[in-house]
Amino acid sequence: MNALRKRLDAIKKPFEKGQKLEKFAPAINAFDTFLFVPNHTTKKGAHIRDAVDLKRTMVTVIIALMPALIYGIYNTGYQYYYQMETPFTFIEAFIHGSWKIVPMIIVSYVVGLSIEFGFAVYRGHEVNEGYLVTGLLIPMIMPVDIPLWMVAISTAFAVLIAKEAFGGTGMNILNPALTARAFAFFAYPTYMSGNKVWVSEASNVEAISGETILGTLAAGGDVKYSMFEMFQGAIPGSIAETSTLWVAVGALILIVTGIGSWRIITGGILGAAVMGLLFNLWGANALMSFSWINHLIVGGFAFGIVFMATDPVSGAQTNKGKWIYGFLVGILCIMIRVFNPAYPEGVMLAILLMNVFAPTIDHYVVNGNIKKRKKRWALAQELKSA
Amino acid sequence: MNIKKGIRTQRGAKLNLKGSAEKIISNKIPSSTYALNPDDFFGLIPKLSVNEGDIVKAGDPVFFNKKEPRIKIVSPVSGTIKSINRGAKRKIEQIIIESDGNNEIRLHKVDQWETLGRKELISLLLESGSWPFIKQRPYGTIANPDDFPNAIFVSTIDTAPLGADFQYILEKKYDNFKTGLTVLNSLVDQAVFLGIDAAFSKPFENIENVQKYTVSGPHPAGNLSLHIQELSPINMGDKVWTVNAEDVANIGNFVLTGVQDLKRTIALAGSAVKYPKYFSVNIGIELSPMLSEVTITEDQVRCINGDVLSGSTSHENGYLGYYNNTVSVIPEGNDYRMFGWLPFKDNHILSLSNTSFSKLFNKKGFSVDTNLNGEERAIVVTGEMEKVFPLDLFPMQLIKACMIEDIEKMEALGIYEVVPEDFGLIDYANTSKLEAQEIIKQGIELMINEVG
Repeated sequence: MNALRKRLDAIKKPFEKGQKLEKFAPAINAFDTFLFVPNHTTKKGAHIRDAVDLKRTMVTVIIALMPALIYGIYNTGYQYYYQMETPFTFIEAFIHGSWKIVPMIIVSYVVGLSIEFGFAVYRGHEVNEGYLVTGLLIPMIMPVDIPLWMVAISTAFAVLIAKEAFGGTGMNILNPALTARAFAFFAYPTYMSGNKVWVSEASNVEAISGETILGTLAAGGDVKYSMFEMFQGAIPGSIAETSTLWVAVGALILIVTGIGSWRIITGGILGAAVMGLLFNLWGANALMSFSWINHLIVGGFAFGIVFMATDPVSGAQTNKGKWIYGFLVGILCIMIRVFNPAYPEGVMLAILLMNVFAPTIDHYVVNGNIKKRKKRWALAQELKSA
Repeated sequence: MNIKKGIRTQRGAKLNLKGSAEKIISNKIPSSTYALNPDDFFGLIPKLSVNEGDIVKAGDPVFFNKKEPRIKIVSPVSGTIKSINRGAKRKIEQIIIESDGNNEIRLHKVDQWETLGRKELISLLLESGSWPFIKQRPYGTIANPDDFPNAIFVSTIDTAPLGADFQYILEKKYDNFKTGLTVLNSLVDQAVFLGIDAAFSKPFENIENVQKYTVSGPHPAGNLSLHIQELSPINMGDKVWTVNAEDVANIGNFVLTGVQDLKRTIALAGSAVKYPKYFSVNIGIELSPMLSEVTITEDQVRCINGDVLSGSTSHENGYLGYYNNTVSVIPEGNDYRMFGWLPFKDNHILSLSNTSFSKLFNKKGFSVDTNLNGEERAIVVTGEMEKVFPLDLFPMQLIKACMIEDIEKMEALGIYEVVPEDFGLIDYANTSKLEAQEIIKQGIELMINEVG
């Protein structure tokens, strides 16, 4: 460990203050601090600090994403082989999925991190770790056959417009990963919806097709999957969103470690359940009479509410606000699904919309505290003059 | 008089650290140098009343507040002004006093203090150098003698990690303490509030004429901001005064004897201390003789005037601060840690976050160091500040308002109700390694300059 440390210190020499490559220090520091927690000590404020930092937080989210990602990779292969009607093993399905998905992850990380590093050097701040999660989320919510260049452009758009234009990590209004998906959705609709995009190779092989359950319902078709299949996730859909089971495992990791807000997740599930129940009672069409429990486990709702709505930067920031925000995401998600068959996946638009309103929710929550204080001031003033 | 309603809080954290002071008091410290540090007095601009080489008695003024010359800081010992250390722009950083060991004392006439009116009493306290013991809210500066405070708060609980035990400190000073409370009572119209640890209220049972209340809960339950917000909240334009419990006894001792004896009982504690214990000394004493008595076990240590969350950095050859009852000594943490970002790794580092198992090992107590455990980042994680902040206001929003220097917002969000140390645990716990106390301090400075 000491030898490695010395070697690193030698490599870092030209990047130190006053040296030639000083400007590029954030880039080299990002790699260095990945290996070692630096020897920085507290200068001002509290003399001791918690072991948690942003790296640890983001890595925890990545760990929470792993079950859904691994299942997503497997499901990609499973859907393909199942439709081809060829016998296959778990490993074969996994290899097929990896062959499709790993390049997407690489593209997303390379494009996104290059932009992040560029901005860090340009602005002279350290590289923030937030992109480690965003970069993994982007491929996880795309259809499997989307061309890599589209992943690259969507990623660049998301990082530049949704994040850096607002001032970088911590300042963005919209969730960057969802912005990437929304960009692809509106820019390349033929690659993002229909019955030829959700299963691997569907656009090339005549025998393969597969509509998502929500797409089928919107088109007025019959759902041929059982509730267990929906929950387990052996259904067509965006790469890692299909399995509510493994998303729930991720949710558990996020809630137990305290990284993801249980208030947003619970609020969201409540909102979606209430809305689903109301539509069940109304029951005017196939989507409306689709059971509220099924609404919770199909489509991207579970994935969205657990991993995207809980983004602390773009979500509500006050505890009360988180309840309201989550609840409204749930309500809007089901409402968009039902009322707008052109966008059967409502969760993306619901979260983006609520991202925009989250500061307003917080504003009213914080204002409650301010009003209480001002009322107290006014009362004291009255007492004094009386 | 019975004890009033209790203040109870869940929000906060009890950090269980190694090296808390054993209840042994040592009071014969072979030391001859003392120092006064004007930075200990927030908001005070020092103007010297002595020159290098001057001879002073204990209780003679050394410097005063330029803005309010009646507020004087007096010498803790008799001796000569050895040196006046100045920093950038000739800012006075330290006034070093060499004790002559004679203990010559400036005597004040106090024989009929009970009959004095409020005004006379205040001028006596000002003249003697007792006044700096009385601080005011908002802002945490030395109180303005012309104000009429709504209330005076005294807390006998220190919930900070390794904090001194005031029960123990006051044990032998009850008479002085009671007299001090009587003095404070004649300074305030409404009431003197006395905060008592819910578990140890017995010794305070026969104290009268004050409003007693009990406090329980994790740190920062002992901080006065919480008590004031619950019992006598500060509205715009209001003033509340606060006095450290031992300083109440100091004030009591002064009116009883006429001698301004700047006594301080400190808990010298921390994981770098082999035999942590208490010392009864004079304010401003040099630290090194005490440090050698308790034995420092590490090569590189940080000496802190105060607790590890909110104290100010001193060093092994430094001096005791003016107000703190705790001196903490912990190892410096200037070393690297491989793959420290892995969750559930390095569980020996105390963490409030559930990304570490360290909470499970809390029983034995933690040895802490000064490593930042990461680097400063943008504010990303939300909700973690509220968990360790018991006041009824939004800490993150207030911090952000201070950062953008939006005075109106700072007022509305409650800047009048806080002092920097309320944010000590937020400094400690937040993921972004934000220095909240510094931001709040700058916010308060801005308020003093712009609003007054």
